[in-house]
Amino acid sequence: MWDYSEKVKEHFFSPRNAGALDDANAVGDVGSLNCGDALRLMLKVDPDTETIQDASFQTFGCGSAIASSSALTEIIKGMTLDDALKVSNQDIADYLDGLPPEKMHCSVMGREALHAAVANYRGEEWRDDHEEGALICKCFAIDAVLIEETVRANNLSSVEDVINYTKAGGGCSSCHEGIEEILVKVLAERGETFNPHTVEIKEEAKPAKLTNLQRIKRIETVLEAMRPQLQRDHGDIELVDVDGKTLYVNMTGACSGCQMEALTLQGIQQKLMEDLGEFVKIVPSRAGSLSRAASQP
Amino acid sequence: MDGIYLDNNATTRVDDAVLEAMLPYFTEQFGNPSSMHSFGNKVGLAIKKARLQVQDLLGAEHDSEIIFTSCGTESDSTALLSAIKSNPKKKEIITTSIEHPAVLTLCANLEKEGYKVHTLKVDEKGRLDLDAYARLLSDRVAVVSVMWANNETGTFFPVLEMAEMAHAAGVLFHTDAVQAVGKVPIDLKTSKIDMLSLSGHKLHAPKGIGVLYLRRGVRFRPLLRGGHQERGRRAGTENTASIVGLGKACELAQAAMHHENTEVRRLRDKLEAGILARVPRAFPTGDVTNRLPNTSNIAFEFIEGEAILLLLNKFGIAASSGSACTSGSLEPSHVMRAMGIPYTAAHGTIRFSLSRYTTEAEIDRVIQVTPEIIAQLRKLSPYWGKTGPATEPEKAFAPVYA
Repeated sequence: MWDYSEKVKEHFFSPRNAGALDDANAVGDVGSLNCGDALRLMLKVDPDTETIQDASFQTFGCGSAIASSSALTEIIKGMTLDDALKVSNQDIADYLDGLPPEKMHCSVMGREALHAAVANYRGEEWRDDHEEGALICKCFAIDAVLIEETVRANNLSSVEDVINYTKAGGGCSSCHEGIEEILVKVLAERGETFNPHTVEIKEEAKPAKLTNLQRIKRIETVLEAMRPQLQRDHGDIELVDVDGKTLYVNMTGACSGCQMEALTLQGIQQKLMEDLGEFVKIVPSRAGSLSRAASQP
Repeated sequence: MDGIYLDNNATTRVDDAVLEAMLPYFTEQFGNPSSMHSFGNKVGLAIKKARLQVQDLLGAEHDSEIIFTSCGTESDSTALLSAIKSNPKKKEIITTSIEHPAVLTLCANLEKEGYKVHTLKVDEKGRLDLDAYARLLSDRVAVVSVMWANNETGTFFPVLEMAEMAHAAGVLFHTDAVQAVGKVPIDLKTSKIDMLSLSGHKLHAPKGIGVLYLRRGVRFRPLLRGGHQERGRRAGTENTASIVGLGKACELAQAAMHHENTEVRRLRDKLEAGILARVPRAFPTGDVTNRLPNTSNIAFEFIEGEAILLLLNKFGIAASSGSACTSGSLEPSHVMRAMGIPYTAAHGTIRFSLSRYTTEAEIDRVIQVTPEIIAQLRKLSPYWGKTGPATEPEKAFAPVYA
């Protein structure tokens, strides 16, 4: 059985705002191909203020789809349409104290219903902007379509690449066979065959490796470009050391100890990888000095 | 634990008599049956007895045709891989679209390795077209694998007839009888079945024990090689306690066979009729005239199975569903899809599977509770109006799918 949070169960057993809303003036009907669930979201919007006065739903779906629908209606009631559009699927999942990775698409469906309903109110045509595939990596909830697109866009050729670019396969590693199957397929599209051991070969073949000095300068340039963004949030970053693929940095100001630190670092790491064309790992220098100390014999 | 357990096709409770038979083999009778001393010898004798008990339930001609394995899946894999290994020139396999994943996933994998897999389709009641089957049989086929009874609907396949046809064409025949063994009489010695898989935990033995029946004289290549256990056909130290337990479970199943096909069948029929009489827009799936006595699979239109299960569970009732959302893979039931059950109904299929422990009071309770649950969920469904299904439900609600 799924490991549902108490909040999910509570919203499933006693859903809020369920049933038809007779005087609704915004309706969004969406479904998830992934599992076949579908949802109708009905809103009563005040035309003067564009405030959502009432919201209700009808759902053809599982426990978490019903709970996500219920949560969504609670979140958006009283919001203006513009504010409601900022509600992400993660907000819905967070409201429910999390969803199992396999069930995250239920919250995505909620967000889509909201967008569809707003488009319906404004007389626009809503089109879905993302495609969902079969779930491959259960640790990080990453589906086949995302992996396929990332492999295609970045010319990836190994499972390690896929882990570095998408995180898929970076957890328990039991989905590596599935990732290899995607690689086989996409590589075949570009006329290549998947070789399970391409990683090292590719690195040797890389033309004109940067010297250490060049590489550090490149890193500094990237960090420099990111700096204004960090400073806007009263934080900063400095490069402490470069040890092979590991870059040690110091997060200072508001960034230091910020809950979003990991996310920020992830974003910077992504930028660096794109610029350097190689895999690098960013580590806060405290942790860095610790792990280096620990590795001393 | 209190509660009404109607999910016996998933797994069953270990019978008290089975557990009692097993217990000494964890402690005082802990010997390795391969050992020369008396510690081992007594265990060896117990396994011999268990083998005879299994042989008896299956109606096998020889006790050496019984190979103990770890589960139904291992038996299926062993059977199919042995068949293709021992017939290296035959590159085709015949199976059906509603087999258990233990067979289907293996076949899909063999397809990648170059095998041609013929998957027989089923009609809306889950029945096969035997003419289509006959046309596929040839000397290119290494093995046919067809289940005895389907786990979701309980519908029987005509395996005895299909085995005769395979035999006449010189093709090996395997049947996954995991759901059938213990629920219907089986007499392998008068059949042309070459290999049969069973799983202990479906008939009140513990999990982790299975059997592959292998007809004497059928060419065989082991899956696990190593020691001489099971006459070298399945290496690895025997799961002695579970083997003893399975033997006892087979003896009990034999004794309960009449009960299973009279009393359990009566309760199943009462349950199904009771629910169908009280719930509109619901229908049984599969071939209701030709199925296991303990299984009823009902499709409730316009609502979703997991939601039904969660509410049933609140009332202490355990069943299972063919809905996509109840499987880890989020794939909707391949059995329901193969039978062409409309999406809005396949999503809401619930399987009730009884056992010899099921009581009349339990069935009455389920008949009482289920209609309320269905009505409650339909109130939330966009396909459902105030009093009944929306007129032309598929038009009343046609979501944009992504």
